Amino acid sequence: MSLTKDAGHLFRFAFLFVVAFVVFLLVRHFVVPKSFGEYGHYRGAAIGEIAARPLHYAGHETCETCHADIAEAKKAGKHENVSCEACHGPLAKHANDPSIQPVKINTTVLCIRCHAESAAKPGGFPQIDPVQHSGGVPCETCHQPHNGL
Amino acid sequence: MNLDRRHFLVMLPAAAIAWKYVLAGTPDASPNYTMTDHWWSMLIDIPKCIGCGNCVRACAAENDVPDGHFRTWVERYHVNDWHMEGPEVISPDGGKEGFPAVAQSAGGGEGFSSAPQDEGKYFFVPKLCNHCADSPCTQVCPVGATFIAPDGVVLVDQTYCLGCAYCVQACPYGCRYIHPEKKVADKCTLCYHRITKGLTTACCENCPTGARKLVDLKDPNDPIHAFLKTHYVQVLKPQMATGAKVFYNELDGSVR
Repeated sequence: MSLTKDAGHLFRFAFLFVVAFVVFLLVRHFVVPKSFGEYGHYRGAAIGEIAARPLHYAGHETCETCHADIAEAKKAGKHENVSCEACHGPLAKHANDPSIQPVKINTTVLCIRCHAESAAKPGGFPQIDPVQHSGGVPCETCHQPHNGL
Repeated sequence: MNLDRRHFLVMLPAAAIAWKYVLAGTPDASPNYTMTDHWWSMLIDIPKCIGCGNCVRACAAENDVPDGHFRTWVERYHVNDWHMEGPEVISPDGGKEGFPAVAQSAGGGEGFSSAPQDEGKYFFVPKLCNHCADSPCTQVCPVGATFIAPDGVVLVDQTYCLGCAYCVQACPYGCRYIHPEKKVADKCTLCYHRITKGLTTACCENCPTGARKLVDLKDPNDPIHAFLKTHYVQVLKPQMATGAKVFYNELDGSVR
């Protein structure tokens, strides 16, 4: 009897600790996201959210489902392994809705990005001095980009 | 088990929903993609890189990368004779619009009057997040906002990130930045939204010479395995033991 009476202050503190622990567990339950710790020390649902971000480049496989003729022609030329959107730009919107038309390419700017002459480029890569070579005439006047001639 | 028709009908939709998750695997945004079947990385073939900047532009377009920040960028090295430890490195706007021309010989070609006339070798080094297997950036995050996904891609949970930039300092490759509008850490996701759908990354898709290739080290049919056996391949800063997974073919010793 006297034990509980003398140790009363200890039990009161023990009770406070228990209450604090329960409050901690409750707050933790509501604050920590459900998927935290699913795969590790992070929110597992974040992986799905990052995977759900929108596409801008459709990928050449998508292009080839409609433009099979161009894909076939391209196989004969040096641009065989250059994918469509490398030159034509991001066209996922066009792939989803063909009524959205891609912007016409300015070949005098585009072709030079790869083919301008520079000693820093690997030796075997075809390069030209844009001023001497054509003097500003659009490249497609002479060259066929889809079969790379 | 006693199961009357009423209970059976109640349980049927629940079973259907459960089965959908069984079939889908995780993450549920990408059906038929199982994270544990992959271990993603990249191969960069230095002799093929022409420094056109297509990868930098494609990355910016695909991932809405703000101007002046880069998830991937291209550096041009100029190593003059024996000066291996002090290469001249340039990366104008991350190489987004290419690089200034270099005259073909010390004599100087016409139209290249302003070009440097130094001897020495030039080469391009595309850089991106190395998606380290023991990444320093994920280790320093105080809140668990950045992590290595089970398929080996280092990602940032931008709803969880505080923007403290510890990870920006921790990355030995300089691959992270604080997004100027979102005020959270941002970096290459290895186009996670593309590779989980069976597409390649935006930079690999748009590389005209095939200098960049997405590789899956867990896929036994991936050509990377034969490539690694037959080529001299290096990773960046191997002395830091980060487990970097971006492999560089014929990387010059002067690259840092």
